[in-house]
Amino acid sequence: MGENTAKTMKVKVWRGKDSGDWQHYEVPHRASQTILDVVTYIQRHLDDTLSYRFACRVGMCGSCAMTVNGKPRWTCRTHVSRVVEDGEVSIAPLRNMPVIKDLACDMTEFFAKWQRAEGKFNGTRTRHEKMNPVDPTSTARQAASAGIECINCAVCYSACDVVSWNSEYLGPAALNRAWTLLNDERDDSQTERLKAVATDAGCHSCHSQGSCAVHCPVGLNPSLSIAGLKRESAKALLQGKLK
Amino acid sequence: MTSAWLYILQRASAMIMAPLVIAHLLLIIYAMRGGITAGEILSRTQGSVGWAVFYSLFVVSAAIHAPIGVRNVLAEMAGLKGRTVDLAIAGFGLLLLIIGLRAVYGVVAT
Repeated sequence: MGENTAKTMKVKVWRGKDSGDWQHYEVPHRASQTILDVVTYIQRHLDDTLSYRFACRVGMCGSCAMTVNGKPRWTCRTHVSRVVEDGEVSIAPLRNMPVIKDLACDMTEFFAKWQRAEGKFNGTRTRHEKMNPVDPTSTARQAASAGIECINCAVCYSACDVVSWNSEYLGPAALNRAWTLLNDERDDSQTERLKAVATDAGCHSCHSQGSCAVHCPVGLNPSLSIAGLKRESAKALLQGKLK
Repeated sequence: MTSAWLYILQRASAMIMAPLVIAHLLLIIYAMRGGITAGEILSRTQGSVGWAVFYSLFVVSAAIHAPIGVRNVLAEMAGLKGRTVDLAIAGFGLLLLIIGLRAVYGVVAT
């Protein structure tokens, strides 16, 4: 952090669980300061009872997402200078998940939905066989590559209104994962995957509102992936593959 | 697989309705240029197989399309799930079909 400690900002932090209240802090505004720096400053210098979650601090692990000034963001890569409004910042836990305490959410259901969307790789070859070559220029591989860099931060899940209306909805991250696997020619469970995503909790519930794509910190477009799932599951249904 | 079928039905019915809506609106604009009476409309529609087919197709498509959208609204906004919502929208679709076809019959019957 820089030496510019003369300036301060007002920070409003959510304290408690699903019911709780805002607590106000005065935090020094420094150069190149991130929202995670602010939260860490509060915990180390102002209130050591504040709970939050982080790990890598460099935008890889997807642990530190929170709601900053009303929008879901990865806090380790969100600069205060980009989000501060009139010298104020509000920091709350992500939406659409139960709050464990303060800024930490219970992500159990979020990850359970990845499993429910058949978000795991089911290969056909063993270590005793040759590797299955994948052409990096093929349409399917390019579609998979476009969605593969998800860091599981749940920013899209928090941004999604459909999740807030239907708690069963698998959500953008799980469906995006299903889409990348659907485009993996080495995977052997495509019919099960399409069945898993073609339910009332699956891809057809998406309104294509695009909040996931707007807020995704790594620039993925889960809306596009979900549109692909809608198309492919409809096709499979008409071909009689989804009995 | 219900939701996937509903998805297909809603898209298919929309594709049918889109040109019908355009033809319907253009027809109104064209027919109303100099004013038109109910009697003049009926003289053209009564006994017309073409208009009977045109508007029956419209009614059937709408009776499929609208309830699927309403199903989402009921599920997401009113929290209705499963059989309750399916029965509600089946009833709504049937209602649209009956009153729509009755209206078509009213203008094409001689």
